[in-house]
Amino acid sequence: MTVLKAENISIQFGGLMAVSNLNLEIDEGELVGLIGPNGAGKTTIFNMLTGVYKPTAGRILIKDHRGQMQDIERLHPYQITALGMARTFQNIRLFKNLSVLDNVRIANHLNVEYNTLEAVLRLPKYEQEEKRITEQSLELLRIFNIEQKKDELAKNLPYGEQRKLEIVRALATKPHILLLDEPAAGMNPQETLELMDLIKYIRDRFKLTILLIEHDMKLVMGICQRIYVLDYGRLIARGAPEEIAHNPLVIKAYLGKEMENDA
Amino acid sequence: MSKKKTTVTSFFVVVVVLLLLTIMVRYRVIDEYTSQVLTIAGINVIVALGLNLISGFTGQLALGHAGFMAVGAYTTAALMMKFNVPTFLAMIGGALMAALFGFLIGLPTLRLRGDYLAIVTLGFGEIIRVIMINLPELTGGPAGLKGIPPFTTNFQWRPVVSFAIVAVTMTLVIVFLSNLLKSSHGKAIISIREDEIAANAMGINVFYYKIFAFTISAFIGGLGGALYAPFFGYLSPNMFNFQKSVEFLIIVVLGGMGNLTGTVLAGIGLTYLQEILRFLKDYRLVIYPVILILVMIFQPSGVMGLFGNREFSLTALVNKLIGAPSSRPKSEEKAGEV
Repeated sequence: MTVLKAENISIQFGGLMAVSNLNLEIDEGELVGLIGPNGAGKTTIFNMLTGVYKPTAGRILIKDHRGQMQDIERLHPYQITALGMARTFQNIRLFKNLSVLDNVRIANHLNVEYNTLEAVLRLPKYEQEEKRITEQSLELLRIFNIEQKKDELAKNLPYGEQRKLEIVRALATKPHILLLDEPAAGMNPQETLELMDLIKYIRDRFKLTILLIEHDMKLVMGICQRIYVLDYGRLIARGAPEEIAHNPLVIKAYLGKEMENDA
Repeated sequence: MSKKKTTVTSFFVVVVVLLLLTIMVRYRVIDEYTSQVLTIAGINVIVALGLNLISGFTGQLALGHAGFMAVGAYTTAALMMKFNVPTFLAMIGGALMAALFGFLIGLPTLRLRGDYLAIVTLGFGEIIRVIMINLPELTGGPAGLKGIPPFTTNFQWRPVVSFAIVAVTMTLVIVFLSNLLKSSHGKAIISIREDEIAANAMGINVFYYKIFAFTISAFIGGLGGALYAPFFGYLSPNMFNFQKSVEFLIIVVLGGMGNLTGTVLAGIGLTYLQEILRFLKDYRLVIYPVILILVMIFQPSGVMGLFGNREFSLTALVNKLIGAPSSRPKSEEKAGEV
């Protein structure tokens, strides 16, 4: 069953066609990779899917929590998050001067059930909800093994852990679709391996559909069931990892010329 | 010790401190001059706290809080003098009017990113002042508005009542802001300052929370003005000029953007400084900008930045004094700094 669908989307920045006529369809529970050389338009696609940019043509449909496909054309990013799709950012966008725990607690905002008045007057509902949110946030941090750093400022975490915290924060919004923008960027091979396991684990545990952008071919080939390949804003190939690895167009896009063997 | 007990104890500590201070003012342990300065300081702190909410916590620079103060002050005075509304209700009316202005200004400007709010609020502050000058039948025009009824007609009690009302209002504002900012709604406000795009992606309605914070900020600014009117008994448009708006900004910056404790300390400190330096005449106006420049160069995070930007927490203090182990993490401690 489809949970995320892009129909013929294009976006133009001035004279530049950043993405043209892209079709994307992702089924429930899939783990799909989106790859391509630098500047191919991968992050632009993420920004369109999450409502940061509006496509100049085409439409995007997302399954909401009740199982209905919603056109996101008129929605703001926060409303799209409320439909159940969360994301991380390539250039880490944590709330740097807040604690690790607060970063995750803020992402629980959509599920908070007390109003401002109840918060200011410290009514029992506020206390209960805060307790629940804190416990759930700690639980998520535990999965990613950064629970012991809950009181540190986000900016003081090592790079790899900042990337992890981005994922934790996205999970705290309780999504069913997760978009990961280069989750392994800046990680060493050992950390990347751990991350691969973690991504698989959270997909099963939270019943997620995952779309990820990645440069690390080992990670992409290792965990993605299907891969979309972009070049200059156009889809040049799609299919299972083995097919992609042997696709001459893909090899050309990555290495600049045709290779005789499959690199 | 249970959480509830801590809260109750803290509440009593606050009440006792306020009562003691009031009694000290009544029996001249704190002389009339000092209590007068403290009352003015309290009003300055209130307005600066309002400014800190939008500029320090939400990250949107606003340069016209004297304007909101003017709206609050003149509305209160008009309600009391023209419509014989009781002081307390007139003050609420003044603050609500300022909030309405804040809402209307925020609606078009807060949609935009960047410093548009600073420019528009700066203009607003000046426009309000000019309108006040040109509406003599309502405001007394440039000569000012005289004969605003004071808090009490009893001459003996006047400084005491003024002091008590301002002190209680300031305490309420602090508790309100402190509780708000620790809640998820307050954290949403702070996340906008940290990263607007990320906040949006985390499901936070950025525009709503900006408007919300700015309206509350204007309300608190108006409340400061509402206290001003019956306390001084006289209002003139030039009391609320651009200089005044900048003074509030300096209080916020000196105390630390996004720190309530710092605003309270800096507000009291700078009000005192201004009184002490009266002998310098107009030259004292130079002192504020000099302080601002020095702070920006040497301590941009303000006074409280020296203490890791922590907030003073009364409940933590109560827990410590009574010797109860505080198992809760710092970020969850109860409100109530005074």
